[in-house]
Amino acid sequence: MAQNKRYLFRRGVNLFNLGMSMVATVFGLFWLAWLLWTLVSHGVRALNLNLFLQDTPPPGAPGGMANAIIGSLMLTAVGVLIGTPVGILAGTWLAEYGRANRLASLIRFINDILLSAPSIVIGVFVYGVLVAPLGHFSGWSGGVSLAIIMLPVVLRTTEDMMRLVPDQMREAAAALGAPRWKVTVFIVQRASIAGMLTGVILGTARISGETAPLLFTALNNQFHSTDMSQPMANLPVMIFQFAMSPYEGWQQLAWAGALIITAAILILSISARLLLRANTFEK
Amino acid sequence: MSGSTHTTRWRDSLADLLFRGLTQLAALTVLALILAIMAVLIDKAWPAFHTFGLKFFTSTDWDPVTNKFSALTSIYGTLITSLIALIIAVPVSFGIALFVTELAPQWLRRPVSTAVELLAAIPSIIYGMWGLFVFAPLFADKAQPWISSHLGHWPIIGGLFQGPPIGIGVFTAGLILAIMVIPFITSVMRDVFDVVPIVLKESAYGIGCTTWEVMWNVVLPYTRIGVVGGIMLGLGRALGETMAVTFVIGNSHDISLALFMPGNTISSTLANEFSEAVGPLYTSSLIALGLILFFVTFVVLAIAKLLLLRVEAREGAKT
Repeated sequence: MAQNKRYLFRRGVNLFNLGMSMVATVFGLFWLAWLLWTLVSHGVRALNLNLFLQDTPPPGAPGGMANAIIGSLMLTAVGVLIGTPVGILAGTWLAEYGRANRLASLIRFINDILLSAPSIVIGVFVYGVLVAPLGHFSGWSGGVSLAIIMLPVVLRTTEDMMRLVPDQMREAAAALGAPRWKVTVFIVQRASIAGMLTGVILGTARISGETAPLLFTALNNQFHSTDMSQPMANLPVMIFQFAMSPYEGWQQLAWAGALIITAAILILSISARLLLRANTFEK
Repeated sequence: MSGSTHTTRWRDSLADLLFRGLTQLAALTVLALILAIMAVLIDKAWPAFHTFGLKFFTSTDWDPVTNKFSALTSIYGTLITSLIALIIAVPVSFGIALFVTELAPQWLRRPVSTAVELLAAIPSIIYGMWGLFVFAPLFADKAQPWISSHLGHWPIIGGLFQGPPIGIGVFTAGLILAIMVIPFITSVMRDVFDVVPIVLKESAYGIGCTTWEVMWNVVLPYTRIGVVGGIMLGLGRALGETMAVTFVIGNSHDISLALFMPGNTISSTLANEFSEAVGPLYTSSLIALGLILFFVTFVVLAIAKLLLLRVEAREGAKT
């Protein structure tokens, strides 16, 4: 009898805790659904074609966010164009030359810390080296801080993906007399190109939503400007300023911007996943 | 004939050397970067540390008018919001990882994992807007009065639940941080749970353990290093998170034990005040805050990484 009670108790605990685990899952997904629903319901109302044609208005006037969209694209492009080559080269070194090497382990370790380092500190750093000495905020400094955030993402994925390539392929190519750099570029990188591309896409998704490092580098600009040496309009900082403002029209624009940027980022990250999955299934 | 082969060889080895040098140079930029970040932050923060000395860490002054600055309120806010975040996020992440690895049918595992990971893809500014405009009003209206009137009079912990029902404050910031770090902790937990040898679990089931007992008495002890590593990773993220917190914490430079009171964190202070700071001492004090944040997150993330490396090493030793 006592044994039976003990058994029922254990069954009860089991059932309760497994139930709680389902509750936890629903809890996590609930916030995702709520967030997305908020974005859609607030954002769709404010969506119209003028968003893409007109610049950010003064309070009370109608307008769009064309300058912020263009600015964001330019800043992200600079970040990607600097971050990607450095990240890929560095990842290549770690994968091909740094397998059992103290220096490589240290770089790997530091890179993983950079990967999660607070982005606002990167902003402060770039402010210290680029903004303060030059005396003004600029698009270039914004692009550089995004590149610093992009670099560890690309580096990590590049190394991981190149390491998946079997050593037999390297040995086969080397046996045919190919020099090492040809083995690396034409065999190893070619085999892992899809994975490396995934890293670039994920990095792009990550930096296109970054706000904190742009606050004191690119700042913002009310007007249309493609001059990278001047303060530059960009979506995240515009959303921040407009959302915090007391003006109804500005807040509407902020919601529209939030919807656009999140949609773009979710499309990027989901396509990166699909790309990776399509290419891992082949193997 | 032999001469041309010789030149090719020579050219190839030069190309190899250049290629290796170029990639190594790129890899070294990572080290240069972290050293440069430290050097610049220390250099720019020095005036503040020099002026205020140890008082920078012990006083609660923050007054741009009289040029008196200190870090204590921001450090307190950063720690308390991250603590709230972990208290909520750790059990939830454990639950999700348990569900995904043990309970869910095969076809449901991937969609659920992907959906949870999408939480990490959403930019933090979106969390901030949602928190300020959607969550805070609802929380102030529905939940806060009830919590304050029911829990607010309890001895000892009652003080925690007092404060104006405005929806924003330390607790709201902590809750939003929790949602933001759940995907990071969950994904590490899921990964380490997945590598527990099937034989261990089957042995436990074989002697009559329930799913929960296998999880709690076999899987969790076996993976505890990785689990702690994942929690530290989440903590590192929570400490440095900026925009979401800036929207909902209320930005006051006071220390208050009550969770519904407005506060500030290091990152929210930087986001709010940095571009408007006037005077070298003000800017320097803000950079000093940044340096403290960088140092703390560096230590936390380094511990996380070391723990996860130990897990990897053990995995490697087995195979």
